[in-house]
Amino acid sequence: MAISPLTISSYTLTNALGRGNNASHVALLEGRSGLRPCDLEDVGLKTWIGRVDGLEAIVLPENLSTYDCRNNRLAYLALQQDDFSESVGRAISQYGVERIGIFIGTSTSGIATTEQAYLHKNPTTGQLRADYEPEKTHNVFSSASFPRAFLGLRGPALAISTACSSSAKVFATAHRYIEAGLCDAAVVGGVDSLCMTTLYGFNSLDLISEAPCRPWDIDRQGINIGEAAGFALLEKADAAPTGPRLLGYGESSDAYHMSTPHPQGAGAVLAMQQALDRAGVTPDDIDYINLHGTATRANDLAEDKAVVQCFGNRVSCSSTKGFIGHTLGAAGITEAIISLLCLNSDLVPPNLQTENPDPELYANVTLTAEQRKLNHALTNSFGFGGNNCSLLFGRPV
Amino acid sequence: MIRVAIHAVGLMAPGLPGWRESVAVLQGMTPYRQEPLPPLKPAMLKPNERRRTTNTIKLALEVSADALDQVPMQDELLSVFASTHGDLDIINQICTALTQDERPVSPTQFHNSVHNAPAGYWSIAAGYQQTSTSLAGSDGTFSAGLLDAATQTVIENKPVLLVAYDLPAPAPLNEVITIDSTFAVSLLISNQVEGKDNLGIIDIETQPDLLESKMQHAQMEAQRLASPAARSLPLLEALAARNKTILNLPYLPDLNLKVGLAQC
Repeated sequence: MAISPLTISSYTLTNALGRGNNASHVALLEGRSGLRPCDLEDVGLKTWIGRVDGLEAIVLPENLSTYDCRNNRLAYLALQQDDFSESVGRAISQYGVERIGIFIGTSTSGIATTEQAYLHKNPTTGQLRADYEPEKTHNVFSSASFPRAFLGLRGPALAISTACSSSAKVFATAHRYIEAGLCDAAVVGGVDSLCMTTLYGFNSLDLISEAPCRPWDIDRQGINIGEAAGFALLEKADAAPTGPRLLGYGESSDAYHMSTPHPQGAGAVLAMQQALDRAGVTPDDIDYINLHGTATRANDLAEDKAVVQCFGNRVSCSSTKGFIGHTLGAAGITEAIISLLCLNSDLVPPNLQTENPDPELYANVTLTAEQRKLNHALTNSFGFGGNNCSLLFGRPV
Repeated sequence: MIRVAIHAVGLMAPGLPGWRESVAVLQGMTPYRQEPLPPLKPAMLKPNERRRTTNTIKLALEVSADALDQVPMQDELLSVFASTHGDLDIINQICTALTQDERPVSPTQFHNSVHNAPAGYWSIAAGYQQTSTSLAGSDGTFSAGLLDAATQTVIENKPVLLVAYDLPAPAPLNEVITIDSTFAVSLLISNQVEGKDNLGIIDIETQPDLLESKMQHAQMEAQRLASPAARSLPLLEALAARNKTILNLPYLPDLNLKVGLAQC
């Protein structure tokens, strides 16, 4: 049975393409990547990254200064774009602070703070620096408690951390909390920032690409790690009649392997079918799929099988990882908002950097930007532990 | 208000090595002795997998089995894994490796470092392909998990296994992260509140600023404060005693969870 749609009344995105939605939208139209050779201090890996400029100079509001870390600086920067905080302010006056939930996805939160604390341990005693305070920085919940405090919300709150599906699942969570009457509206989002843990961690798995990533290419070599923050305000469709819609969500587990997808994409199929069922639409209704498309050999192969099983090769698909890299815990919200920007402007963005599509992959991957009417877009997010989420959005009404 | 049934409970903590083993202690019928937990060897994992996993993963799997062993096999079981800090042993190992030449992070360490690693091993071992959510909520992580699990069962109309766990931090993280005791709890809940196959029916709602329920017994109260997952103890005590009562469990700094044990 179809679920009640939610209106996405405001949204904002900051990533390697720039601050705010327009920076991403223009780059998607122009086919311009935000990736650069890795220039992160202390990191000697040969790879490309999706880095957000200027985080080093961001200063949090004085009353929230104990939250200071790269991850919360990125969140703070994103919250100030596209009048997002003002939109939440309008919702607060409409519903009240206690009736707005906040659900944020992250993979590593502010772990870079702990990495630095270890690098600067007292060499004699092994003790950590006195100013190291993980509760409001490294801790997973910091990713939700910082924006909750900044926005002045007092409703239900969670940080979801299911690796690379984290900030897709927050849409499903928000839908359930609103449906259950626990809140009238919700801020959802995702924040993940560059750190050594993920760079060296993915490197240890041989999943890092030395060159800009090429999803679906025969020569794809792996991922480029990026950082991003995005937020969206969700309200019941009858309370907020105009705007794009969350129509469906699907969540599943591969139950197969910790870091390798099910070879036939079984869990991905379940997630996509659930999203279609909850939206009450058929595969033929989907006009665009924003792929998870990380550009590792195994991930793209499994997702391709799943997409083809559900949709055949009719639907236009692209991975936008070639623009901003894999933003891990922020990938869900990033690609959800990219899907909204595409629905809003009838844009099918290109699968950047892909030159020679892998002949063993059959999905209809778009290599150059196309303009045509889009009514429904689906976006996939799949994470370690075999955790999958698909979201289905409808064009603005 | 959300009404759900609790069908089974799992428990793993010093002096509370399993729900069935702990009911009499929670009822005050036998004395509470904080004996250390025996080494965890979850039967869900093959021996070679057990060697690759961590104490956090083993604890979460063991406490999930403690609840699920009490009930028939569940079809289409959803899961919520709630932990304030995740796997601090792994964080410590990775952050230590990152201070060394060549930064030797191991692939196993890295995939075990994700907050949803216990959930991933659980779904692989048990073959569950349903929705699985791993979350965190500071000191209120147990309440955050309970509220999310309750929301999932009433909206998705499927049973949900909640697993909440935290372990003490290793040095040097224990200088700043104070968890004084290992504690893990699991609850199998559903929206099937009409049947008799439950340990109790609870009504859950959020409410601002109320004092939280405490344990009468001093050692139990110390245990409650020793780990975020142990904030569940007042609910476990009421379930063990089949005591109809209203509890206030800590959730967020400005919001508590009011949990009414309506039938038991």
